[in-house]
Amino acid sequence: MPVPLLDIAALTFEADHHPILDRLDLSIQPGEIHALLGANGSGKTTLAYVLMGCEGYVPSGGRILFNGADLLPLKMYERARLGLTLAWQEPARFEGVTVREYLSLGKPDFDPAPALKQVGLDPDRYLNRRVDKSLSGGERHRIELASVLSMNPKLAILDEPSAGIDMLSIAHIIGIIRAVKAGGGSVILITHQEEVALIADRASQLCAGRIIFSGSPRDAVDHFRGRTCVRCDGEVCNYVRP
Amino acid sequence: MSDLEYLRRALPMVGAEPAILDDTRIAHVVAHGHRILSHRTVPGVRVELEETPDAIIGKLIVEAGAQITQPIHMCFGLAHPTGVQQIKIDVVICEGAQARVLSHCLFPFARAAEHRMQAVMEIGPGASLTYTEGHYHGPHGGMRVLPHATIKIGPGARYFSDFSLLSGSVGTLDIDYLVKVEADGLAELSAKIFAHKTDHITLKEAVMLRGERSRSLIKTRVVLEDQAQADIVGITEAYAKGARGHVDCMEIVQGRAHASAIPIVRVFHPEAKVTHEAAIGSVDKKELETLMARGMSPEQAVEMIVSGILR
Repeated sequence: MPVPLLDIAALTFEADHHPILDRLDLSIQPGEIHALLGANGSGKTTLAYVLMGCEGYVPSGGRILFNGADLLPLKMYERARLGLTLAWQEPARFEGVTVREYLSLGKPDFDPAPALKQVGLDPDRYLNRRVDKSLSGGERHRIELASVLSMNPKLAILDEPSAGIDMLSIAHIIGIIRAVKAGGGSVILITHQEEVALIADRASQLCAGRIIFSGSPRDAVDHFRGRTCVRCDGEVCNYVRP
Repeated sequence: MSDLEYLRRALPMVGAEPAILDDTRIAHVVAHGHRILSHRTVPGVRVELEETPDAIIGKLIVEAGAQITQPIHMCFGLAHPTGVQQIKIDVVICEGAQARVLSHCLFPFARAAEHRMQAVMEIGPGASLTYTEGHYHGPHGGMRVLPHATIKIGPGARYFSDFSLLSGSVGTLDIDYLVKVEADGLAELSAKIFAHKTDHITLKEAVMLRGERSRSLIKTRVVLEDQAQADIVGITEAYAKGARGHVDCMEIVQGRAHASAIPIVRVFHPEAKVTHEAAIGSVDKKELETLMARGMSPEQAVEMIVSGILR
């Protein structure tokens, strides 16, 4: 077994003494696309925030190794500089900041056009637009993914990258996820869309803050649909038993 | 070096090229203290100015129907650390005329100086004025600036103003604008200020939507650091059917700075509508974290967010 790029062991995160992540174990291999499935509130987004080191998301226990380095003592931007990044489900909007500036991140020699083309946006039309509320939700999502591509990350955590994207454009999103892999990166893909989940190499289902199933994407989707959660017996991750 | 040359050399601090003063196609006025150092008019523009011991008093008139393609530059300032400048000016944009005025207020060496502006602007029916005001008060914080104006926007007229003070110290700034908008008129007032150290800003902009279908937007962006202070009041009152107004104030507060924002909206007609939004606080956490998740340090991220807000 190769050394995992990301190795999470017994990760625990609590909010108001309530466990959101409960001794969670997960490993991601280099170049792997790993889909995370689970009901709303199962802990997928919390896991993303803990991994990235967002403010207020300090775990109370467990370990995260990234490329062999302990992530937990590192600040968010230090984690990013190691090659870890996160694309939010609802991307932030920046008044006055152009798409060119957002994708270049202060590097004057950086050419952001290729990343924009990869997400299906015409650089001539978009580079000088502002990353503000003048963009539609779908456009903003694509620009978020372009900014991930611009980083050429080792591990990109994509939180529902196809949310708000029209169905004709899902293929673009899938292409972007594959482009990260083609660039040598891994992806943690948080999604509720089966079509998107099925492009993963492996998939896991979360329930109440713990991985309760890992396997092929098809098997994970079927497990989720089958309401056969051994952890909650259908009460948490499936709401209502059939 | 002459006072004129000092002021010319300060023009790039507000984004203007000194060469504009040599261009015969461009109208301009340059006043130092209470002396007029240079002025030029172009067809369609009349400038009547008088030097008095305690003020420059005058009129800028754009004739009816005139379409002034090049901006009119008004350059006011002091090239010395101390002094007082008072400007009393009437700006008249006659019916159907269109003009753009760039006002440059330059006090590059100010340590204990004062600039007072009392303006009355009248934008005639169907006319349009874009008034862009750039200030540079030097690094010392010894400037006291009091621009007060009454702006009357006639039926179908349009008025756009953009005040910016983005480099150097502010000192003490006390802006007081009253705007009256008649039927189908439009007023858009924008102000962007970056304050530091012990700078103190008082900004009051009041728009009276008096005519049917009159519209307005007050947009204020202020970033404060160190011990700077800002008190912002944006008032919009709508008196007529179909009037629409919006007040949008954002203040970013860093260090020990403090700020207040008071949007006041009043509606006196059942078919008028005025909305407001005000936000004061530190840099938005999600914006900050998004940039840090791309590898920017907190300092780099704040700089990018702030420069965008003040653009």
